[in-house]
Amino acid sequence: MKRSRLPKSRIMVLLSALFIAGCMLMLSGCHGSKGLNAFEIPEEFDESAEYEITFWAKNDTNKTQTAIYEKAIADFEKIYPNITVNLRLYTDYSKIYNDVITNIATNTTPNVCITYPDHIATYLTGVNQVVPLEDLFADEKYGLGGSKVRFDSPAADEIIPQFLEECSFGGHYYAIPYMRSTEACYINKTYVEALGYALPDALTWDFVWEVSEAAMAKDADGNYLVNGQKVLIPFIYKSTDNMMIQMLAQKGAGYSTDSGELLLFNDTTEELLYTIAEHAESEAFSTFKISSYPANFLNAGQCIFAIDSTAGATWMGTNAPLLDISADKVVEFETAVMPIPQFDPENPKMISQGPSVCIFNKSDSQEVLASWLFAQYLLTNDVQIAYSETEGYVPVTKKAQESAEYQDYLARSGEDNSAHYEVKIQAARLLLDNISNTFVTPVFNGSASLRDAAGQLIENTVKSVRRGQVIDGAYMEKLYSDITSLYRLDQPGSQGGAAVSGKADLGPLPETAVILLSALVGAWALILLYAAVQMRRKKK
Amino acid sequence: MKKLTSLLLTFVLVLACVGCGAANESAGGDDTADVKSEGVMTYDEYIAADLESEVVVETYVQATQSWWDNTITVYSQDKDGAYFLYNMACSEEDSKKLTPGTKIKVTGYKSEWAGEVEIIDATFEFEEGSYIAEARDVTPLLGTDELISHQNEFVSFKGLTVEAAGQDADGNDVAFLYAWDGSGQKGDDLYFNVSLNGETYTFTVESYLCGEDTDVYKAVEALNIGDVIDLEGFLYWYEGVNPHITSVTVK
Repeated sequence: MKRSRLPKSRIMVLLSALFIAGCMLMLSGCHGSKGLNAFEIPEEFDESAEYEITFWAKNDTNKTQTAIYEKAIADFEKIYPNITVNLRLYTDYSKIYNDVITNIATNTTPNVCITYPDHIATYLTGVNQVVPLEDLFADEKYGLGGSKVRFDSPAADEIIPQFLEECSFGGHYYAIPYMRSTEACYINKTYVEALGYALPDALTWDFVWEVSEAAMAKDADGNYLVNGQKVLIPFIYKSTDNMMIQMLAQKGAGYSTDSGELLLFNDTTEELLYTIAEHAESEAFSTFKISSYPANFLNAGQCIFAIDSTAGATWMGTNAPLLDISADKVVEFETAVMPIPQFDPENPKMISQGPSVCIFNKSDSQEVLASWLFAQYLLTNDVQIAYSETEGYVPVTKKAQESAEYQDYLARSGEDNSAHYEVKIQAARLLLDNISNTFVTPVFNGSASLRDAAGQLIENTVKSVRRGQVIDGAYMEKLYSDITSLYRLDQPGSQGGAAVSGKADLGPLPETAVILLSALVGAWALILLYAAVQMRRKKK
Repeated sequence: MKKLTSLLLTFVLVLACVGCGAANESAGGDDTADVKSEGVMTYDEYIAADLESEVVVETYVQATQSWWDNTITVYSQDKDGAYFLYNMACSEEDSKKLTPGTKIKVTGYKSEWAGEVEIIDATFEFEEGSYIAEARDVTPLLGTDELISHQNEFVSFKGLTVEAAGQDADGNDVAFLYAWDGSGQKGDDLYFNVSLNGETYTFTVESYLCGEDTDVYKAVEALNIGDVIDLEGFLYWYEGVNPHITSVTVK
């Protein structure tokens, strides 16, 4: 009884955030109204003054990760005794997102915050709220590897370029990568082979669907032949937004353009949903939101293909160090860790994900500089290696990846079922071997909504099938319409996506505003004309 | 005599009717079965319904989690059993009227998530009537297969012993944890272990039901290993029994 359900529906959090973001935009960003002044790097960091900064961090409900954050803060405060870092922990990115949006409106944002680039795009609707980092990167004294930085900071070229580029949008770097992961397919290899199949070198969607359907055979008592149990969901996907995004990317189909044009609702999406519906109908496929954590089913011998983040590897497998089900329910099986299924195995594509760190602007530039120093500290080998080892994450710097300490860690895979748990290290290796095959989706104001919409298409389809609804063209038409409406994808700010720069270019005034303003000007002109006429009459 | 008998019978009938009406308004302990409206399932029919099928039930609010963006999660119960209403559609204005005892008619889909049978994608309407369930003592059922038949009900446990929930940073045993493994902070869900007859169970203070300012949250933060306690709460399920505790009394 360990992990619990997500605290709040992500959709609802997002809708709230969008609403607040809309209000925020009206209050603080409306056609050039003033927000904070743009941050300018101080000449020197004032070490005689005390600075208290807040750090909103995300952990994977993992005690070791919390301890690493705490140690990083303690170590940093020893180096910079005039900076105090207050940690606030979250276990859900969307909750951080929601809280940041709320706090932008009241000027109480954290100083340093773990986040996703998609979310930063929304934060940018506030003027000068998020600090562009490129000047800080390059600053000779306090930049990456700077001369006055008091710890062994990585140089800019020591950050994995692809990971760093993921933090660049709207012409600026608005974050630094903290950890990176991708998704992996955790497979009950024992059952695959029991069904008469051998795992291919590269997993394909066709293979996963075929084996999943084959696993649905039951005996006369209603027990599944492959596991002898009453329960089996051969294929469970944790993050259906990733599922849809990766499927579309592998197919070369539209999702969105860099400028924020929404392409998700296309024919390929519909085809994919029909396929998913077919396997939901046979009950060979389900999702986390509908059934629960893939790891729980996998470990109980009730799932064959469990797709989850590489950062969830410590929950996967017979000998998983983290367990959500009672030990007596765990079955013995061999776990294989493979990249997600592909449509074109010769050109694999998989998502790059994981936490990044952004810095919020404040009126005191010294406070911002203190924040930057702490954010930079998170890139040191001590933090990078320790945190990456808690899960199937990989460090974001070459300096950490190539260090003897990290290489030794990788080499000791399988030595124990805790620090060197084989499945976890295999998951990390999976990403290390496939960095060039990873991709991210375009970031724009509204990209977070689009991502959730992509997942909701799958969730709704699977739910509808399970409820006996007919999945046909009419269903798809309504589904597209409902999801568009639910995520407000047909409203400004969710589409078009121009507002990724610090100062949003809101474009020409709407026609109604032009008419209103013209009417006001006209009314004032008439009032003045009337007054002038009256004055002339009086003079006469 | 006939007149007298008729009068007596009428009197008895009126008394019975008044009694029924009063029972609907009273708190707990009433054995009178719920009379369901047309088109509404009895609890037995609800239990017999297939997962993913549409269900319509009349039930009484016992507690709610915090309202959030037009949804609310409700612990509800009628006189025959309990219904967990997950993320039910609800305006903020209506959420304030979902006080304990309130009767509602709920339409949604029966579903199961990690062992918890619940109603999802639900809507509701208010109805006349009130009922607050008394806590059923399920202590003797702990560790038995029968316990799940009371899933989601308001229940009590008597004389359980607090066990170590984990260790703090210094390796000392602690009586409770913020988040399941201690990775959280004050304000997060509390997890603590209790034992009975050599078996240990994990109980939770769900922070959206009972936040950090509630008596139960503070009571659990004050627990010591070895304390013998009585508890009340809702018999929630997550991969096994995982009650959401609403009160703790140290004996």
